[in-house]
Amino acid sequence: MNKPLPDAEDLLARLTERMRASVTPDTALIGIHTGGVWLAQRLHKALGLRQPLGTIDVSFYRDDYGSRGLHPKVKPSNIPFEVADADIVLVDDVLHTGRTIRAAMNELFDYGRPQSIRLAALIDRGGRQLPIAAQFVGAEVSVADGDQIELRKNEKDQLSLALNRQGAA
Amino acid sequence: MKIQIKGGRVVDPGSAVDKVQDVFVAAGKVLALGTAPSGFHANCVIDATGMVVCPGLVDLSARLREPGYEYKATLESEMAAAVAGGVTSLVCPPDTDPPLDEPGLVEMLKHRARSLNQAHVYPLGALTLGLKGERLTEMAELMDAGCIAFSQADGPLSDNQVLLRAMQYASNFGYPVWLRPRDAALARDGVAHDGQVATRLGLAPIPAVAETVALSTILLLVRETGARVHLCRLSTADGVDMVRQAKSLGINVTCDVSANQLHLSEMDIGYFDSNCHLVPPLRSIRDREALRRGAQDGTVDAICSDHTPVDEDAKQLPFGESEPGATGLELLLALTLKWGEEAKISLAAALAKVTSEPARILGIRAGAIASGESADLCVFDPHARWKVEPATLKSQGKNTPFAGYEMSAKVRFTLVEGHVVYEG
Amino acid sequence: MMGYNPQLNANGELQHLLTIEGLPREIVLHILDTALSFLSVGEREIKKVPLLRGKSIFNLFFEASTRTRTTFEIAAKRLSADVINLNVGTSSQSKGETLLDTVANLSAMHADMFVVRHSQSGAAHLIARHVAPYIHVINAGDGRHAHPTQGLLDMFTIRHYKKEFAALRVAIVGDVLHSRVARSQIHALTTLGVPEVRVIGPRTLLPSNVSELGVHVYHDMATGLKDVDVVIMLRLQSERMNGALLPSAQEFFKYYGLTPEKLANAKPDAIVMHPGPMNRGIEIESSVADGRQSVILPQVTFGIAVRMAVMSILAGNA
Repeated sequence: MNKPLPDAEDLLARLTERMRASVTPDTALIGIHTGGVWLAQRLHKALGLRQPLGTIDVSFYRDDYGSRGLHPKVKPSNIPFEVADADIVLVDDVLHTGRTIRAAMNELFDYGRPQSIRLAALIDRGGRQLPIAAQFVGAEVSVADGDQIELRKNEKDQLSLALNRQGAA
Repeated sequence: MKIQIKGGRVVDPGSAVDKVQDVFVAAGKVLALGTAPSGFHANCVIDATGMVVCPGLVDLSARLREPGYEYKATLESEMAAAVAGGVTSLVCPPDTDPPLDEPGLVEMLKHRARSLNQAHVYPLGALTLGLKGERLTEMAELMDAGCIAFSQADGPLSDNQVLLRAMQYASNFGYPVWLRPRDAALARDGVAHDGQVATRLGLAPIPAVAETVALSTILLLVRETGARVHLCRLSTADGVDMVRQAKSLGINVTCDVSANQLHLSEMDIGYFDSNCHLVPPLRSIRDREALRRGAQDGTVDAICSDHTPVDEDAKQLPFGESEPGATGLELLLALTLKWGEEAKISLAAALAKVTSEPARILGIRAGAIASGESADLCVFDPHARWKVEPATLKSQGKNTPFAGYEMSAKVRFTLVEGHVVYEG
Repeated sequence: MMGYNPQLNANGELQHLLTIEGLPREIVLHILDTALSFLSVGEREIKKVPLLRGKSIFNLFFEASTRTRTTFEIAAKRLSADVINLNVGTSSQSKGETLLDTVANLSAMHADMFVVRHSQSGAAHLIARHVAPYIHVINAGDGRHAHPTQGLLDMFTIRHYKKEFAALRVAIVGDVLHSRVARSQIHALTTLGVPEVRVIGPRTLLPSNVSELGVHVYHDMATGLKDVDVVIMLRLQSERMNGALLPSAQEFFKYYGLTPEKLANAKPDAIVMHPGPMNRGIEIESSVADGRQSVILPQVTFGIAVRMAVMSILAGNA
């Protein structure tokens, strides 16, 4: 039973509208590498946010370093605003176990003590292993446990979703 | 004990004999080759079918580590290693502790060695007291005690006047002087050949001129004094050229090379393998090729093992701090034959380098199989393949750069004075 | 023996960092890329990440060095590791304990990583050969052989200011013969594809086979520095005046010290580097060391990030 994945651009439009009422120009947006950063860039523009965009790479805070080692492609985190007392919205492409968000929050707290943190995810696929929830979701999508949902961007900066079956590259 | 060695390929380099025939041994001597002497009944028959019967090897340098270095090796272990390697006569350098600069020490060593009833040991006496390079030893007394020649081992002899006078004094009695060409100042602090490997690995270099500068001094002094000099452990291409030229000018010198230098080069140091820390150092491939050519054309008269057992603690140190040397008695035959095969020379020509030629240099009756000669023999299987495993070596020194190498030729029997002293 | 690389594990991942020679280019670049992320950690208030929490890193310095040891300590602590400093010096050797015994004793104390500095070339290789499989070894300098983290931070520095390696001319000036830093830099530069690497120094201070490392040799500073993009000055130790290598520090400075006049031969935007500590007035004039082209202080900051990258990559590999 192969239900096709929703269109990413549609979901992004939906997510943007769901967020519009709940953010102010001073809301600070932080995208989680790599898909979350693409989304955050688009959201930042669409929502007309004033604070510069932050990007975060959670490689140094992951809980699987002991078993998998350091991620092969670590990117620098860059938060060009004061985290202390900020109202932050974290942006990620796919919310699944919740571990990435846990790592992102731990990392954020090493920058300072935010006033609040909310989460925007393009897709919530369920399967949480930690008590983490997203305040803004594009769509809830169900896929088999071993499958991966991947956000892609083409040369025209158009976003799309792809399903990588278990065992596939 | 009457022994018949049956059906082996008898190779005697000195007399150009190379024939499958029996060897008949009695009362410590070779009685006959080919046909049994009349009335000969063997007590023991050694089946040498498919094997080579050659003179017991004569090794021009094997450190036995007694007296003084018993924690590295003892006469028992090293003499056992010698016969396991088919070596029936060996020369040991004087750098024991104390050095062999006193007749009493030499007598004791000879006595100890004789009582083991294995290979014949020919000690080199110290050329100077304590090997310090300052005062002469009592060479005549040392000769009487059983030394075969005089040497500085690796000790410095930087004072050329002392060197000149030592050579004059030795030649006064006709005693040979064995010298390693090594300029102490140029070699100072160096641990590896001054080539691309030392440069890359940051090892203190020993330039080739450390050998050639000393060599030219020695050759000129030989011409001056007429001393009978044997040059030990050549390692450079330029050095071989100099000896070739000296011989062509009629200068009476002989020289040897270590089996290690014929096969290895600086490249074998790899990731700082201290088993490749040797004196003289392993040099460039060009040097190695020149040594091989020199051995082939006779410029290099003999090949020796330069056997130097080193305890593991002294090798398990950073390269520059490790003690140099490699164990080698048990590898001399296989390494010599490997060189011979690669140089495409006859078995007899290869074996000459470790039998008749070293015997000639020493001026002893050895390294030959002929009726009337002492039955010092080596019977080996030229086709047996074996792997060098340090733990199984008889030598107490397990320090070999050839660990894991595949060798051909395994010694099956070694006889000294007509007695089987090793059976493998 | 030559097929195997003692630095890599069975999966081709970095197990030890002993020398840059023989390191695949991808691994060198991976370390530099990872270091970028650690640089940004160093710029925020909490300069720590929890990656190496619970790990024990032993600084095993057989040769004294406060500055290198300190940067490794800072790097390890920023990774939340526990750091134990051991200035072994020669005292345990004189008590008869061998190098390997010292290492074995420390391994029994649950070390995860050894950072080793030793006066003998090959010491780090020897230790790496003998540690348990789960222990990683970082060479912090062995004799004249290698100082790989210094080579890496120097490459990081060059990339930071010059962006591309592909069109650079780099000159290394001074006592290359005795320098483990120079050897590591040369290997790193050639691995990263720098087309022209020059060494400049008097004949007595350059190894006789140095051109076989892939470098151009110059004995004259003016010609050697012509159109160069990066000038790396090496430290000249005072012992070099003994052993007939050099007559005096003054003569060395006159011909091989970096002054503004000599630097003017290089490109106007050339950067000046030095591994430190500097001997002002011997290999480098103060006005250059403190001048606008000098990147000597940033090198130190980059050094912490690079060492954090090396430690976290190693500790993450089985």
